Amino acid sequence: MTSSELTGPLMAEPDATGRFGSFGGCFVPESLVPACQELEAHFRSAWADPVFRRRYEDVLRDYAGRPSPVTVCDNLSNELGVRLLLKREDLNHTGSHKINNVVGQGLLTLRMGKSRLVAETGAGQHGVATATAAALFGLECTVYMGEVDMVRQELNVFRMRLLGAEVRAVTSGSRTLKDAVNEALRDWVASVEQTHYCLGSVMGPHPFPWMVREFQRVIGEEARRQCLEILGDDPDYVVACAGGGSNAAGTFAGFVGTGAQLVGVEAAGGAALGSGGVPGVLHGMRSYLLQDEFGQVLEAESISAGLDYPGIGPEHAHLAEVGRARYFSAGDEEVLDALQLLARTEGIIPALEPAHALAWLVRAARSGEVPAGSTVLLTMSGRGDKDAEQVMRVLGGRA
Amino acid sequence: MSGAPPAGNPAAATARGVALEEHLRRASTGGRKLLVPYVTGGLREDWTELLAAMVAAGADAVEVGLPFSDPMMDGPTIQEASTVALGRGTTPASVAAELRATDVGVPLVVMTYANLVLRAGTRRFASEMAAAGVRGAIVPDLPLEESAEWEADAAAEGVETVLLAAPVTPDDRLARLCARSHGFVYGVNLMGVTGERRDLAASSAVLAGRLKAHTDKPVIMGFGISAPEQAVAAAREADGVVVASALMRMALDGASPEQVGRRVAEFRAALDA
Ligand SMILES: Cc1ncc(COP(=O)(O)O)c(C=O)c1O
Repeated sequence: MTSSELTGPLMAEPDATGRFGSFGGCFVPESLVPACQELEAHFRSAWADPVFRRRYEDVLRDYAGRPSPVTVCDNLSNELGVRLLLKREDLNHTGSHKINNVVGQGLLTLRMGKSRLVAETGAGQHGVATATAAALFGLECTVYMGEVDMVRQELNVFRMRLLGAEVRAVTSGSRTLKDAVNEALRDWVASVEQTHYCLGSVMGPHPFPWMVREFQRVIGEEARRQCLEILGDDPDYVVACAGGGSNAAGTFAGFVGTGAQLVGVEAAGGAALGSGGVPGVLHGMRSYLLQDEFGQVLEAESISAGLDYPGIGPEHAHLAEVGRARYFSAGDEEVLDALQLLARTEGIIPALEPAHALAWLVRAARSGEVPAGSTVLLTMSGRGDKDAEQVMRVLGGRA
Repeated sequence: MSGAPPAGNPAAATARGVALEEHLRRASTGGRKLLVPYVTGGLREDWTELLAAMVAAGADAVEVGLPFSDPMMDGPTIQEASTVALGRGTTPASVAAELRATDVGVPLVVMTYANLVLRAGTRRFASEMAAAGVRGAIVPDLPLEESAEWEADAAAEGVETVLLAAPVTPDDRLARLCARSHGFVYGVNLMGVTGERRDLAASSAVLAGRLKAHTDKPVIMGFGISAPEQAVAAAREADGVVVASALMRMALDGASPEQVGRRVAEFRAALDA
């Protein structure tokens, strides 16, 4: 019996309580319950509406530049002894996969008749994407960003402001992504009538994990077709980095029904599934979470602001639990090595986040865990421009 | 402090062995308005003295916050109080231990977030709190749909689950929520997080009126009540008020238990006038 026969179809709709297996749910204060229910109803009707779907696809094609290509990396493939294909989300407008989600949520915001977006951001990519969608669709936009992240992603702060968004520094807690989510939720409670919370990953209360995965499934659906064209077959491995897990979820959604092994790679310092996490409730969802014995949430710590999150989307917790996907982690040093390796062998400077996926692959290919000759589709979720300055500082003269 | 409840508080004398809801009903006989101050557990070395001072000044029950790392329903003041308390090494167990050693004579209601409850295990958490004299619990991120398991385990240990109602809660949901809430129904005055406000939100009276039309359980309003006049206004349609951030601001700024007690007495006097 396969896992899907045991658990029902994977990566389909969550159950009536918003759960994937025992994970997910809608753990929000009463003030936000009606908004979550309203959002679910609007998303459900929009996603079933061909007119909405066409509009979403048109904007992704004409504005964001989809479909993104798949690049066969011959040089790095030779070096690793595997056949590596990159799904090039780094070539999207605004430089990452985040645009797919914000186009969907932006259009949904218009459909709901709301006039303002709030968002959290870690690396700044989701903030930039949200500010972009807000500019395009004529919405007001406020982005919450941890003070620590504002320093390491200064350029993205400026980009958001150029796009007309207000960026508010978050000074509470660890002053990173988790605290920015808290602050965005606090804003939303107070502004819910005219504001949509444009959450950036497959996390938070139902319906966000489901909705964001659906808005990102375009990555996996395109990639599967492209793999079939290039390889004549599905790949042996499908690999993506996971902070909250949206690029991974969108990628996996295209391959969950194939024989491909699905691998998510977290940052070593924020690996809710890869190591150290236990189930808990944060930000409206039940999932794996880095926490102490009393339930206080621990601060994730990674070189990558986009993966600095102590939890992971609930559907990933479910995929891990039923064994359909496996999750590993990568450390800062090997990530920097992988980033440079891709830059030198292929002329592609990746963002730090997908460099984690690559770092795992390099390790697994060299150790033989991924056997020689395997075909691998890896999602290049974003480009390295935003990280160039930080990497320059870290590497110093070593580059 | 332990032993006899403070003199001069009629609510205190009846508390022992009485369920939260029954206690509040008795205390509000004849239209007397209920006053429920809040203190963050473990805020300072002398936090149980703050609690005792609140009771001596006429509190009918006290809400005790168990600090959480990510208090998403709380504004800057209670966030700060939580951070300070956590920085002192406060845990649910340490708060429970200090409460066990304190007999304040009025029911205690803990306010915390789901992850602390679930990490301990719902039954174990409830029994630990019950053993510390806690009669009620407010867990804002366990709404109606998510709270059943906790509610049952809490009830089995004699801890009543208080649910929050919000200005945006529709009528049919308000009815279900009132039916499921125990001890009292907590009316959230405004759309927003906790924290001091200059004015009482207009949504307060509307919600209080709707709640009173739906239930005969005590209705207590909270969020943003910062001054005695606001308490009086919020309690007009309702049975009483929670005062939290305004008192925690004082405590964070170094007010003594006597000073905090005097402020609580001002709220009491205004509500009784
Ligand atoms: C390029 C890139 N990849 C990945 C992530 C992590 O997000 P997720 O795990 O939702 O894909 C981010 C987040 O900022 C990002 O900027």
